[in-house]
Amino acid sequence: MKYLSEYRNIEATQKVLRQLEKEVSKPWNIMEICGGQTHGLVRNGILELLPDKIRMIHGPGCPVCVTPLNLIDKAIALLEQGVIVCSFGDMIRVPGSQKSLLEAKASGGDLRILYSPLEAVKIAKNNPDKEVVFFAVGFETTAPANALSVLHAEKEGLTNYSILVSHVLVPPAMEAILDDEFNSIDAFLGAGHVCAIMGYQDYFPLVAKYKLPIIITGFEPLDLVQGIQMAVNQLEKGVFKVENQYTRVVKEEGNTEAIKVIKKVFEVGDREWRGIGNIPNSGYKITKAYRDFDAELRFGIDHIIVAENPFCMAGDILKGLKKPVECPQFGKACSPANPLGAPMVSSEGACSAYYNFSEHSML
Amino acid sequence: MGAKGIQFDTINLGHGSGGIMTRDLLDKIIFSTFDNPFLNQKHDGAIVKCKGDIAISTDSFVVSPVFFKGGNIGELAVNGTVNDVAMCGAIPKYLSLAFIVEEGLKMDEFIQIVNSVKSAADESGVQIITGDTKVVERGKGDKIFINTTGFGEVHPKANISSKNIEAGDKIFVNGFIAQHGMAIMSQREGLEFESTIVSDTTNINFMAMNLLDKFGEKIHLFRDPTRGGVASVLSEIATDIGMGISIEENDIPLEKQVAAACEILGLDPLYVANEGVFLSIVSADIADEFLAEMKKDPKGINSRCIGTVTSEHPNKVVMNSSIGGKRMVSPLIGEQLPRIC
Repeated sequence: MKYLSEYRNIEATQKVLRQLEKEVSKPWNIMEICGGQTHGLVRNGILELLPDKIRMIHGPGCPVCVTPLNLIDKAIALLEQGVIVCSFGDMIRVPGSQKSLLEAKASGGDLRILYSPLEAVKIAKNNPDKEVVFFAVGFETTAPANALSVLHAEKEGLTNYSILVSHVLVPPAMEAILDDEFNSIDAFLGAGHVCAIMGYQDYFPLVAKYKLPIIITGFEPLDLVQGIQMAVNQLEKGVFKVENQYTRVVKEEGNTEAIKVIKKVFEVGDREWRGIGNIPNSGYKITKAYRDFDAELRFGIDHIIVAENPFCMAGDILKGLKKPVECPQFGKACSPANPLGAPMVSSEGACSAYYNFSEHSML
Repeated sequence: MGAKGIQFDTINLGHGSGGIMTRDLLDKIIFSTFDNPFLNQKHDGAIVKCKGDIAISTDSFVVSPVFFKGGNIGELAVNGTVNDVAMCGAIPKYLSLAFIVEEGLKMDEFIQIVNSVKSAADESGVQIITGDTKVVERGKGDKIFINTTGFGEVHPKANISSKNIEAGDKIFVNGFIAQHGMAIMSQREGLEFESTIVSDTTNINFMAMNLLDKFGEKIHLFRDPTRGGVASVLSEIATDIGMGISIEENDIPLEKQVAAACEILGLDPLYVANEGVFLSIVSADIADEFLAEMKKDPKGINSRCIGTVTSEHPNKVVMNSSIGGKRMVSPLIGEQLPRIC
């Protein structure tokens, strides 16, 4: 716990904030990519402590938020076919086109909430007469464990285990955001946990092409204010480079063993992002060698396509073009108890973070 | 022959039939364990004497797993209802006890649960005066559900009502929060992790009554933050009274291991269930003495003042974060869901 308490220290955090106040001379827009960082900023009340000139824009880094509606309907279709569907917790309340996984469970679906896909492999082993599917959503952070579950199932000789994949990748999303003509981003806080797996070599070409600082940043209050301060420092000096604030966790080359496991099971392919649309080469698909573990192929559910709720502006929120409070539905037709879109459900979603923790919930 | 001279090793539908098997189960396990004049009448109900106003509270217990670190559903069913009665400012006296058992429950486990009910009832000074046992088919329950209704005599000095709360009142908690929820979570299927976190299930009626003896009407409210945790209860109170509540993150008593488990699972301890914890909202002029009195009780050694009622931000709970920021504390919506990463 020492790694946590040290990074939640009020004196250290306030010191960086004072330094930041001195350094900042003009307005800067900084996007934190990861929903975990959004959560940390709002939950700790950091947004109100930042100098007025710094505007944080909340990025698309909430895996639950960017998982397309189709995938949720596919998981529900599996439940309705009698398949045991295993999922991470915050996925289950996200509304599909008709209902959420939680509602499908209430109607008799066998839904299991797990922390690790390896548990799903155990469930498959213990239920040889049932099909078991793990709902493999997430960024690069969850990819190694999801890939490993496939390798474990293969090793165990299980023929009743597969994964419903909706893996997305951070660098292509950053590029898509920067290519949007309305974007106003001056610097990025890179997602610390994603970089713990993948390293940050992919960001060098981005920095060179778009000429903006990227600071790989952690999640605790001190991490966040340090990351912001490093970004402002570069911006004020007019330089742009990749810097690593989260050195206690992230190495430039990442976790090479984890990357090996990912590459064995997954290959890069096009992916649809909820609210953003299709981004080329922005996700993982299962390689040919492991296609037997692809739930979409196994159950013939790849044809399910549904439309988004037209009143939800998740796309603009996820791209950082709008703040949650700028949505006319925020806190009215859309709330965590009755969400129109995923950013209001997940604890990492920008709308939910604003609704639950910020003064905007007074609306 | 099974335990206590019962012919069966497991509960089956016959034990809920109302016939000889039911009578056998009641005689050998229930009546012999609880043995008191009210129950011994073996009537459909009980007739009891109460002084003055009575407080009544009912609760159903469906915890899974049934046996957890620090207790089982039996003592939970007693402590939970006893504490709810105490939170009304009443001295718990009597409990009703109704079981809904899923067929297939091991007789040993049933006996163990009944024994836990008995010892928890003895410890909190209540008598089981009436009850019921039903058996449902396999798959229609989750081993065992228990409903208890508690009856208590309102303490002569008590005037517990959120209407009495005033701006400036201080909010106290009697110990570490989130213990029960995390103990249960650590044993849930698919989530198991190694820990020594134990449930805090216990009765707090004697402690609460002692505080009422000493401070009477100066205590404006007692509440036990069970499901939904401290955050949900405080949000509810703020809305009820139309005033604001301000709490300090640094003052919330949280045991290190529980804090770590919450970090790992991505849960907020403010929303995690408690069983032996209660909140007191008291007049500011007795704050110091009240805290000192709480700390004298073995169940209050880790008591803290965690916040203040304020006329600012009406209906809202605001937490001053450990790094000097502020955040809203909203009520729990649905179940608290673990995060992906």
